[in-house]
Amino acid sequence: MQSGAKVVLECLAREKVESIFGYPGGVTLPLYDAMYDSPIRHVLVRHEQNACFAAEGYARATGKTGVCCATSGPGATNLITGLVDAMMDSIPLVAITGQVSTKLIGSDAFQEADTFGITRSCTKHNFLVKTLADLPRTIHEAFHIAATGRPGPVLVDIPKDVLQAQGHYSAMPSIHLPGYKVFTEGHAGQIRRAAQMIWEARRPLVYAGGGIIAADASKELRQLVELIDAPAVCTLMGLGGLPGSHPNFVSMPGMHGSYAANMAMSEADLLIALGVRFDDRVTGKLAAFAPHAKVIHIDIDPAEIGKNRAADLPIVGDLKRVLKKSNQALAEADHLKSRNESARAAWRGQIVRWKREHPLEPEIASDEIKPQHLVSEINRISGGEAIVASDVGQHQMWAAQFIRFDHPRLWINSGGLGSMGFGLPAAIGAQMARPDALVFALVGDGGFQMSIPELATVANHRLPVKIVVMNNGHLGMVRQWQELFYNNRLSQVTLEGFPDPAKLAGAYGFTGRTVDHPRELRRALEDCVNEPGPYLLNVRVSPFENVYPMVPAGAALHEMVLAPAQQLEVR
Amino acid sequence: MMLQMISLLVENKPGALMRVTGVLTARGYNIESLTVARTIDPEVSCMSIVVGIEPHQRGQLIKQMNKLINVLKASDVTEARAVRRELALVRVLVSRENRGAILKEAEIFGARPVDSSLEGFALEATGDPEKLDEFIAVMAAYGEIEVTRSGLVAVSLEVKKLKLAPPVSKVEGVAQNG
Repeated sequence: MQSGAKVVLECLAREKVESIFGYPGGVTLPLYDAMYDSPIRHVLVRHEQNACFAAEGYARATGKTGVCCATSGPGATNLITGLVDAMMDSIPLVAITGQVSTKLIGSDAFQEADTFGITRSCTKHNFLVKTLADLPRTIHEAFHIAATGRPGPVLVDIPKDVLQAQGHYSAMPSIHLPGYKVFTEGHAGQIRRAAQMIWEARRPLVYAGGGIIAADASKELRQLVELIDAPAVCTLMGLGGLPGSHPNFVSMPGMHGSYAANMAMSEADLLIALGVRFDDRVTGKLAAFAPHAKVIHIDIDPAEIGKNRAADLPIVGDLKRVLKKSNQALAEADHLKSRNESARAAWRGQIVRWKREHPLEPEIASDEIKPQHLVSEINRISGGEAIVASDVGQHQMWAAQFIRFDHPRLWINSGGLGSMGFGLPAAIGAQMARPDALVFALVGDGGFQMSIPELATVANHRLPVKIVVMNNGHLGMVRQWQELFYNNRLSQVTLEGFPDPAKLAGAYGFTGRTVDHPRELRRALEDCVNEPGPYLLNVRVSPFENVYPMVPAGAALHEMVLAPAQQLEVR
Repeated sequence: MMLQMISLLVENKPGALMRVTGVLTARGYNIESLTVARTIDPEVSCMSIVVGIEPHQRGQLIKQMNKLINVLKASDVTEARAVRRELALVRVLVSRENRGAILKEAEIFGARPVDSSLEGFALEATGDPEKLDEFIAVMAAYGEIEVTRSGLVAVSLEVKKLKLAPPVSKVEGVAQNG
C-alpha cells in the first residue's frame, strides 16, 4: 500500500524528474513527508514565484520539463506569474499544487483558492484530481501535454485527502487524450513547394524564433542557412538557435534589433519564418512589416499560422522534422539554385553593407562604465559558451545585442511576458541543471531587488551563479520611455537605497562588491568568475543611457531611430 | 462585427465549458447564445455558440478552440450547410376574444400551446432565430408576453460520415483500496 503522495513521487520518478523547485505548506504536508525518503532532489526556494521561474530556468537550459510545487491558496496564486511566463515562451513545465481536502472544496476553507479556475488561462492545460484512481494517469498526461506539441505549463491540483489516500501504483497507465492533436510531420507537397519558393527568391531571409530551440532544430537550421546561403535573423527567443558567430547570422530584429536585421526584414522578398509568432516587438507596425516579402511560415501550432501575418505558404509541423525534409527537398531541387544566384549574391552584399554602415558597437567611456561596455565584457569572458540568465529591461536588450551565443539554451530570458524578477531564480534553475557551466545572472537593479530572497537559495546550495547587477539606479527601460515620450518627466523610476553589495552578499556568506570605474571592470568580472562559488558583482553604470537602435512603438521597422540625436514621436 | 456560429464536440468534463468560453472572454467577445448537452456518447458533449466577432478573427477563434485539450472538434458552421433551430417558450396574456386568433397565428408559425389558462397561453415554437423573432413580435401585438429562448443549435449536413468518438474506456493505474 502506498499513499497518494508516494504515488505522485513514483510518477515523477517514472517521468525521470531529477529536481523539484518548491515550497511546502499545510496541504502538501503528505507530499513533503513522502519526499523525505525520495531520491528526487527538492530545491527549497524562498517564494513560490521563484520556484516557477527556477523550474523554467531548468527547462530552458536543458529542454527537459521543469517541475515546481506549491501548497494551496497563496502558494498556488504565487505561481501565476511563472505559469503565464512559461505559457508565453512555450516552456515545458509541470506545476503540482496542493488543494484542500475534497470534502472541504467550495467551503472557503483555510488556504483554499480555486486554483483550477484561476490557472485555466495561465496554462496549456490543468487538472483537478478528485480520486487517487485518477492520479497517476493525470500526472503522466500532464507531462505528456507539457512536453509535446507546442510546449507549455500544465498544472495538477491535488487535494490533501487524495495525497493521503492509500492505494498502489501498478502498471504505467495509458494516456487517453482524444482531443489533443499534435501535427509533427508537415505536408509533403507544401514542403516541396517551399523548396521551390526558396530557390526562386531573390532576397530570402531566414527569420528564426524560439521554436528552433524548443524543437531542438539548431543543426537543421544551420544546414538550411548554409544550403541556401541566406542571411538569418534570430529573435530574442531564438538567440543561439544559429551560432552567433555564424557568418550568415545578422542579429536580432525588432524594437531594439540592429539596423541590418531590420533593414533585411524590410527589404526581403521572402521570409522563411521558423517557429516565430510575428510578435509586435519584432514586427513593429504590422501593416508595414516586411512589405515586399512572401512568407513561408513553419510552426507546430496551427493557431500561429496567419494569427498576425498571413502566410503565403504555411507548414504545420515539428521544425526538426520539417526542416530535415525541406533541406532534402532543397538539395533535390538545387538545379534551380543558379537561376537567381546573382541577385542573391547582391542581397548578401547588401546585408554586409548594412552591417558595416550601422554596426552594433559598444560605447566605451573613460570616466564611467557604459552598460554596453559591461555586456561586451561579459561577452568576452563567455566566448559564446556561457549561460546568461537575464532579467527584464534595458540590460536584457543590451545583452541580446552584444552577447554572442554559439549554442541554443545558453540565453535564458523572459521574452513574451517580460517578468521582472526572473533572472536570478532562472539562473538558479539553470545552474542546478548544469552544475559545471558558467552561469551569469545578469540583472538590473530593479529586477534584482525583486528576487533578493533567492540569495539564500544560492547560498544554501553554494551555487556558483555569477550575479552581475547592471546598476543604473533606475528602472532604465521605463525611464527611457519617460525621457523619450513623456517629456523626460521621470515618475517613480529612480531606485534609491540599493543595498551595499559586500554587506548583502556577506550576510548570505559569499562575496559581493561594487565596481564603478571602466578601468577596473575587466578585472572585477574576472575575479567574479574565478572565485569558486557564488558572487555578487554590482556594476555602477551610467544612469541615463538609452537602448538604440529603437523602433518607436507603432512605427515600421525601417523607421528605427539609431541614435539619441534623432527625434522620436509618440504614436 | 458579425455573428459567427461555432459547433463543438467536447469531452464531458468539469471545466471544459470554461475553457471554451475562456477563448472568447480572453478576447473580449460577447456570447450571444450558448447551448451544451450530452451527445449519444455520454462522455462527449455538443456545444453550439453564437458570438459577435470581427470577421477576420473567425479562423483564429476556431484554431484556438481546437487547441484546447478537451475539445474534440470545433468547426465554424456560420456558412456551412446545416439545419439551425432554436426553441422559444412564449407566455402571452390575452383577452377572451383574442384567444382564437392567437391559436391561429401560432398554427401559422408551427407553434403549439403547451399550457392554457384563463389569462392566456404558453406556446412552444421552434425555427430559425429570425422566424422566432417574427413570431414573438406577432405575439407581443396581442398582449403582454414573456419569452425564454434556448439559443441556437445546429446540425451540419456536410459531414458525410457521422462520427462521434467512441465511449472512453477507463484505464486506471491505481487499484484503490479505500
